[in-house]
Amino acid sequence: MAEAAPLLPNTSLADRAYRIRRNAVLMGEVQGQGYIAQALDIADVLAVAYFHAMRWRAEDPDWEGRDRFLLSNGHYAIALYAALIEAGIVPEGELESYGSDDSRLPMSGMASYTPGMEMSGGSLGLGLSIAVGRALGLKRKGSDSRVYTLFSDGELGEGSVWEAIMAAAQFGLDNMIAVVDVNNMQADGPSTQVTAFEPLVDKLEAFGWWVRRIDGNDLDAVRDAFDAALAAPEGKPRMIVADTLMGKGVPFLEQREKNHFIRVEAHEWRLALDALDAGRPA
Amino acid sequence: MIARPAPAASGKPRLTTSAMIASIAGEGQRTKPAPFGHALVEAARARPGIVGMTADLGKYTDLHIFAKEFPDRFYQMGMAEQNLFGAASGLAAEGFTAFATTYAVFATRRAYDFIHQTIAEENRDVKIVVALPGLTSGYGPSHQAAEDLALMRAMPNMTVIDPCDAHEIEQIVPAIADHKGPVYMRLLRGQVPLVLDEYGYSFELGKAKLLRDGADALFITSGLMTMRAHEVAERLKADRIDAAILHVPTIKPLDEAAIVAAAAKTGRPVFVMENHTVIGGLGEAVASTLLRNRVQPAGWHHIGLPDAFLDAGALPTLHDRYGISVEAVTARVKAALG
Repeated sequence: MAEAAPLLPNTSLADRAYRIRRNAVLMGEVQGQGYIAQALDIADVLAVAYFHAMRWRAEDPDWEGRDRFLLSNGHYAIALYAALIEAGIVPEGELESYGSDDSRLPMSGMASYTPGMEMSGGSLGLGLSIAVGRALGLKRKGSDSRVYTLFSDGELGEGSVWEAIMAAAQFGLDNMIAVVDVNNMQADGPSTQVTAFEPLVDKLEAFGWWVRRIDGNDLDAVRDAFDAALAAPEGKPRMIVADTLMGKGVPFLEQREKNHFIRVEAHEWRLALDALDAGRPA
Repeated sequence: MIARPAPAASGKPRLTTSAMIASIAGEGQRTKPAPFGHALVEAARARPGIVGMTADLGKYTDLHIFAKEFPDRFYQMGMAEQNLFGAASGLAAEGFTAFATTYAVFATRRAYDFIHQTIAEENRDVKIVVALPGLTSGYGPSHQAAEDLALMRAMPNMTVIDPCDAHEIEQIVPAIADHKGPVYMRLLRGQVPLVLDEYGYSFELGKAKLLRDGADALFITSGLMTMRAHEVAERLKADRIDAAILHVPTIKPLDEAAIVAAAAKTGRPVFVMENHTVIGGLGEAVASTLLRNRVQPAGWHHIGLPDAFLDAGALPTLHDRYGISVEAVTARVKAALG
């Protein structure tokens, strides 16, 4: 495995995003397939979450003062592992074990396997409900930690997501920040053709949430959205609707029509890394 | 053609009602009001980490007593069982002991995946306390949790408890509050009968208790069927039949040693009695325990609910119809013993 460039303390968010994408592609290469396109689309959000917005300690992933990050869409584990490796919460050497027997990095995220993984996802639509309980618990404890939840547009089809959305408003959980990844692709096709979830911002606002919709692959916009969410009015849970591009950063994956679960030929992984390197910020 | 009861004096037919909120207490039986609610208040005084949650069934699970005493420790989650259990998992992940209540059908059938993934798989400290277990509602299959124990037994990490009476529920609440990990507890609510205090009984998590010994039959029972077994055993004394009762409140983990020891005593047939379908509950758990331990009792009788969608109607009618009333059980035991 090629070594990444040494980590600089003042690494830019763009470079963080590049390295998260790179880690994800290297893990995909281990298995020869996977949810690579999602990892590439959400890398910018994860870069801002972990290297701009959230509080955490690499040496103490269970630190009580940390912000909680719940991965509701467990199949995005490859993306979160890539971020946790970049954060130093998971050692870089474990990258090669992704999805293998006895690895701490299983294909679908599970709480008991991986440092920094706060919940067991995989069955979609669980995360926001757990987040409601976490947010209630943090308020009970008088903690100012926040609960971040990442979920996907396909999960909007799960009724439980709307149960949690109503409960968060009912309890005024302003310590909740959720990000929905609208990449418009789910298992059976484009999400907007599977379930009519638009107009999403109007719906969420009507449900009592503070909402900001952004291009989830525009790092400045993502950073501004997280800042605005943190500064949003008290008493309201916050939702960032992130429109993203599947496969972002690797043109031949961006253009692939069926990219929910990608099989990549052996020689293509090097091409994917080359594409990322080509787009790397100076 | 449905048979109609004979007209009463007024000329209108007099029907037996199917009151959903019926108490399971028999006439003249000693009872205690809302033992779960009061016990939870007591447990919560000493344990500040306890919180109570419900999905629009506080009053119907006796949790309203806790809510009144500790309004700031009570969460009304609305009619949303999936969210109830997901949020309970989240509160437990933040260090709290969450008592989450609803009806047995809604916990097990509607929110199964949430309990499986967010509570059992993550091994969170959530106590799932459910009213209307087995056949304790005359409302029809929507409210009759005939298969709840089978569903919850099959779930890894889950402790499953089927209490008999108010005396036992009062003791179970602090015991499960101190037990780290997920628990499924069947609830008897409202005016709950008192029986086990007569035996000087004390609950221990994971332990079956021999309430009485007898040479002629062994009743292995849980939940309200222990109460029935007690009355049946009293009636059988008139026929010079001495029945032993092994009460098994913890369905999982099962006290296999106590079951094997009691069933291995020669000469007496075993009658398992459960307020549950004959599929996947106490009866099948006991049967496999005996087979694995090469215990062959003098006879095997399994008294439980049929593998069918049960009728709506008045509970006494239904308990007779499905063979779990005192009269029906007594008759079946007598017939079996010849």
